[in-house]
Formats: sequence, structure tokens, C-alpha cells
Amino acid sequence: MNAARFAMTGAILALMLPLSCRSAAPPADAMPDMSEQAMSTVMGMDDRAAIGKVMLDQLELEGGSGGTALAWDGQAWYGTDYDKVWVKTEGSPNAADRDASSNELLWDHVLTRWWDLQTGARYDLGDGPARGWAAVGVQGLAPYWFDVEATLYLGEAGRAAARFKVEHDLLITQRLIVQPEIETNLYSKSDAAREVSSGLSDMQLGLRVRYEIRRELAPYAGVAWRRTPGAGQDTHSLLWVAGFHVWF
Amino acid sequence: MSVLSRRAFVQGVAGSALLAGGTRWSSARAAISGAVLSGTDFELTIGALPVNYTGRPRIATAVNGQVPAPLLRWREGDTVTLRVTNRLPVPSSIHWHGILLPASMDGVPGLSFPGISPGETFVYRFPVLQSGTYWYHAHSGFQDQTGLYGPIVIEPRAPARQRTERDYTILLSDWSDSDPEHLYATLKRQSDYYNHGQRTVADFLGEVRSKGWSTAASDWSMWGRMRMDPSDLVDVSGAAYSYLMNGAPPAGNWTAQFSPGESVRLRFINGSAMSFFDTRIPGLDLTVVAADGQDIEPVTVEEFRLAPGEVLDVIVRPRSGDAYTIFAQSMDRSGFARGTLSPRAGLSAQVPALDARPLLAMTDMGMGMNMTGMNMTMANMPRPASYGPGADMVVDMPRTDLDDPGVGLRQNGRRILTYADLHTTGGALDPRDASREIELHLTGHMERFMWSFNGEKFSQSAPLQLTYGERVRFVLINDTMMTHPIHLHGQWSEVMAQDGRFQVRKHTVVVQPAQRLSYLVTAGAPGRWAYHCHLTYHMAAGMFREVRVQA
Repeated sequence: MNAARFAMTGAILALMLPLSCRSAAPPADAMPDMSEQAMSTVMGMDDRAAIGKVMLDQLELEGGSGGTALAWDGQAWYGTDYDKVWVKTEGSPNAADRDASSNELLWDHVLTRWWDLQTGARYDLGDGPARGWAAVGVQGLAPYWFDVEATLYLGEAGRAAARFKVEHDLLITQRLIVQPEIETNLYSKSDAAREVSSGLSDMQLGLRVRYEIRRELAPYAGVAWRRTPGAGQDTHSLLWVAGFHVWF
Repeated sequence: MSVLSRRAFVQGVAGSALLAGGTRWSSARAAISGAVLSGTDFELTIGALPVNYTGRPRIATAVNGQVPAPLLRWREGDTVTLRVTNRLPVPSSIHWHGILLPASMDGVPGLSFPGISPGETFVYRFPVLQSGTYWYHAHSGFQDQTGLYGPIVIEPRAPARQRTERDYTILLSDWSDSDPEHLYATLKRQSDYYNHGQRTVADFLGEVRSKGWSTAASDWSMWGRMRMDPSDLVDVSGAAYSYLMNGAPPAGNWTAQFSPGESVRLRFINGSAMSFFDTRIPGLDLTVVAADGQDIEPVTVEEFRLAPGEVLDVIVRPRSGDAYTIFAQSMDRSGFARGTLSPRAGLSAQVPALDARPLLAMTDMGMGMNMTGMNMTMANMPRPASYGPGADMVVDMPRTDLDDPGVGLRQNGRRILTYADLHTTGGALDPRDASREIELHLTGHMERFMWSFNGEKFSQSAPLQLTYGERVRFVLINDTMMTHPIHLHGQWSEVMAQDGRFQVRKHTVVVQPAQRLSYLVTAGAPGRWAYHCHLTYHMAAGMFREVRVQA
């Protein structure tokens, strides 16, 4: 048995020999170094490729004592693992006749394992004069799978604001998902023209149950409780919501 | 239920594998059973092929009009010439997986050669220095996912150690009706998109009932704190894949014939892009005689797990006149490939039910202890090293066991093959010990779908430099919760046992979650070589390095 093993080893080593006899210098036909771009093109494989995603997390009708209205909350991104352009838009009916919307254009850069830094601009439309803000914030995944956004805004005339948003997915089944959500807006100064009061200006708690027909398309229904500033007096409203969660 | 079954994996169209048109039936049959090309001169043509595995017509990437590509039979000691013509509208390539050859013949665009442009022919020519079962596949884009894979069998010069009456290659693969570019982008957009076995509220309540509130709560809390998902077994599941055996979906029932009492050699090759197969033949013992083409001391088991890139030769001896099902379920139990060993045409045996879907265990995090002990250990541990934002975890105390069959196979009542069972005959090719060590962490981020070595994607990394002739110890530490098959081109990876002695010679080395494993490499072939995870989308995402062997 030992002799057989020895002979086998010898045979294998002999077969390795042609390799070791080859010149130690790299072969003349070795591929020259090329740029990363050229390399990824010939390989058909690029780990820096930019990818995009468009999400309408909420596209819904909401109703309560004040009638029904359309509201939306959407985001889109495009970019690489480390750097992306983000667009965020959300709008909801307000005390005034016109819908108000908040729109952001951000540069998203990976900061740590779980957190991205987002910097850019926010522009508020409708419901009074438009307001522009510079934005800086973090977005990421907190322990226990909470999606978190926390952003600071600096506006004209020394205005400052902050927005904090948390949401979580709770699976009832693989397709039926409950999503609690909280969003608050804080302002350093009152802005009467936009019916914004200083301090904790508005807050919304939501609970939506969606059914994923497929991952990208889920109708949902739920309830939302909203506190909004009014003329001298805050209003609380309890709303039903129903809509679609869509992405592609 | 109707909705569920829509998302459940598709067993395929019976006898479908290829082509809608009835006129091509005979050629379709030939393609399923697999053409064999032998000799020293080969003409291979890469081209598009209409296929229909699921009821929906699609275009696959084929060689000589076949998926899988034809079986190539070579003879050890011959010099083979392979003229490969690309009839695709995009560049292509063929890599000879596990074959020792000059770097310029290895078929990796950008490292070995510029690739094969549309309409061009590249002539591969190299001496065949080894024997056994191997395979070949594209190394361009995602063409290996769309069908460009085929078996290679090299007849030894010396008589084979194990002689059998029958000899079949069984190439397992995963087919998706979706464009692989779309699969990849989808994983970047939502990494758990294809995971339909996530833990639900009902699962939690079930655990509370079975284990008690505090155990269930602390288990969920631990996974929650880490932002990890114990159901994250594979990235792409049966929700997107049909699993094929020699190109036939389960309903196609690929069949091999035998006569009772004969010994049958089955050469299993996992040519899939992303799927691990747990394979067994109920009623038959499997005597494993070779791993990655290299003879091992025969070992008899009931089941084995095969990772993408890996190869196992198995001998079975069916004595009765019954048919036997060859059953290869995917690691996450979301589907299976299936075929039949049959004494007569047309017979089939019962197809087993899929096993229950497993969850990752403490072992898969390098935490083999109980939970209370773990909490204390975590509190006392030094802050782990970090590999940057592309690595979502670091294993503090990796395990070095080779005898763990892996998640889903532990204590399932069957005798499972592990790396501890593999002993290559004749020992290591190079008796020297390593003169130095290269330690690499397998790193990744589930949520971001980023994959890398040491937190550096291919585009961020410099080549690993080896000096021609030196013997180097590669130490791999898997800092992720996924199993990675790591493939070094051009030279063997000689895996070491825990005690430092030689274990098994492989071309594709599986590293389980939280495992630390080492192998010795003799830098025996100068040039530029690919070194990567053989999960196609992990490789594309950056789990790829160049290894440069220089004088």
C-alpha cells in the first residue's frame, strides 16, 4: 500500500513537472495591465456599476372629518454602493386649499456599516411662500430593523428645522406586512405664512397593513393620527388611509 | 394557495427543456441526454438558443446548440486543441474549471486573454496534465447563469482506481426566466427579495410556545440587534429559479439506465450560479471516490452538499430492478433538481418531499455556546476589527471544524459527507510546509448586497502577489452568514485538517459561515489568475481578486 502510494505521488509529481520546468518569467502573452474601466468592460463584470430604484412608499387617499385628499411619500436613488443621488418627495393635504410638498435632492454617501450621510437641499412648495433649505442628515438601519431618517435643515432668515422618521416592517405572513411609522417636524421659528409653529410643529403616527401581490406592488390600508398646527390652536385628526406601495 | 404556488418554484414543462417547435424534438432530446465530444481537437461554437423550461420561451447561451454544453472527453497526457467561435452579439469566453494550464489558456477576459469578440474564434491549446471530472463555463458577464456550462471527463493514463460498468455526468444548474442583470440589480435594490421564508409573527409565537418566552425573545432580540436574518440562506431562491439536472427541469426527469447489480459512476458537477444542492438517492448508499477530480479514499454516505463549482464522483450499486430518484434539493428548500436511475426506460420512483426550511444557528455566527453564555461573552469581548461599511459583521471566534455538514443538514438522521471525510489519495502534491501566510476575510453586507475580501471589492483591491515556486498558506475566515465556494484558478488548493495535516486537494473550497479554514497553494504556474467566490452575483459584486504569480 505504501509502495503504491509512493508510486502514485511520484506519478503526480512527474505530471506537475512540465509546469515547474516552464520559464519562471511571466509568459510573453500575459495580458498587460489595463484600467479598471477597460477591465470591467472585457469581463462584463463591474462592481462599481450604478443602479437605480424608484419607490412610492405611500401613494394614498386619506380621509377623515375634513374630507378625502391625495397624499404621497416617494423616494428615488441612483448610484453605486458608496455614492448615490437621492430624491425625496412627500406631500399631504393641509389646512389651506393647496397641497404642500417637501422635495429634497441629496447626495448619499456611505458613512458606516449601517448609516449613510445625506447632504443637499430641500424645497417646500405650496401652502404659502416657497422655502428653501440646506439639508444634512443620516439615513440607515437601526438595531431591530428600524429604518431611520434624521435630517437637519438650515433656511433663510436664520430658520432651522429638523425631521425625524422611523418605520418598521412586521411580517404577519410572507406577504402580509404591518408597517408602523412615525414622522415629526420641528422648527426653530414660527412661519405664519406657512402655518408652521415653532417647536414640535407636526407629528404623524401611521399604521399600514400591506399585501405584497409581488414585492414591487402592494395595496395597503391603515390609519394615521396627525397633529398639525392651526391658527393659534393645534388640530388633531384621525384618518383612514388606503393606497399602493410601489417600487421598481 | 394559488398565489403561493405562483411564487413557488417552477418544476418545469415535462420533457420541455428545449425549443417550442415539435420539429426539433429529436435535437432537443439529444441536447438533454448530452452529446459527447472526444479526442484532441474540438470545435465549439457559442451561440444563442431558444429554450423553454417553464412554459415561457427564453433565450439561453449554448455551446454547439446545447444546454448544458457537450461533454468533453480528454485523455491525460494528450495535448488538446479547442477552437471556440463566438456567435453571440457580445464578447464571450470559456474557462476550464480546475484544469492546470498556462495562464493565457485559462479563459478569463482581462487576465488570461482579451476575451472572444463576436464572430471571432479563439484557439485554446494546452497539455492535459491531470485526470478526473471537471467542467467548463463562461467567464464573461452572466453567461454562466444563462447556460454556458458543460462537463469535462479526463481519462487517466493509468487504469482508473475505480472501475464501473456505467458512467454518467450529472450537471446541476439553476435557470431563471429573468435576465441575470435584472436578478443582480434586484438584489442591490432589495437584498431579501427572493427570500420567502422569513420569520413571521406566527413563527415567533410558535417559538414562544415551544421554547418559552425568554428564550424566544432573546433569540429574536439577538438577531434584531445584529440586523441579521437567520433565514438568509441563499440570495436567489426557487422563487426565481428552476433547478436543472443535465438541462432537464424536475418534470423533465432526466434518466440514466442501469442493469441490477452493476456499479454506476455518477459524476456530479454543480454548474449553477447561486445554488447549493443537498443531494441523495433514497435507497442507495453513495460511495464518494473523487472530489474536484482528485481521487479520495472511498467513503460511503447517504447525502452530500455540493456548492457551485464543486465536483464529486460517486459510485452506486443498485441491486434491485427498481427505479431510484436522484434528488438534489436547494439549500433553502425552495426547490429541487431531480432525475431517475432506472433499469428500464419510462420508470420513475417516488420523489421525496422537500425538507423543512432551516434557520441559521449559533454555530453559523461562531457562537457555539448557549445564549446566556453568549451575552456575557459578547460583553467581555474586545471591539472587533472592522472591514469598513462593506462588511456588516465580523466573527470574533471563528470555528475550525471540518466535520460540520452545514446548516440544514445537521442531525437530519442521514449520514452526510463533510470535508473531514475527504482524504485525497497519495497526500499533498508538494510536501513542503508554507513559507508564509495570506489571511483573507470573506466579507459582505447583506442589506447593501456588497461582497468582498477584507472589505475590499475587486475594483478597490490590489493583486495578491505570489512568487513562482513558493508554497503559501491561505487562511480564509468567513465573516458572513453565507456559505462561499472560493475558487483559485491555475493551481490546487490543498486543504489542511484542524491538526495541520493534509486533508483534501480541491479547486473550489467551501467556507461555511463563521468558519476559519486554511489551505496550501504552490505557486506552480506563472501569470495572472482569477480568485473568487463561485456564487456568480457575489463575484460580480466584488468578491474577486487577482492572484499574480511572478518570478
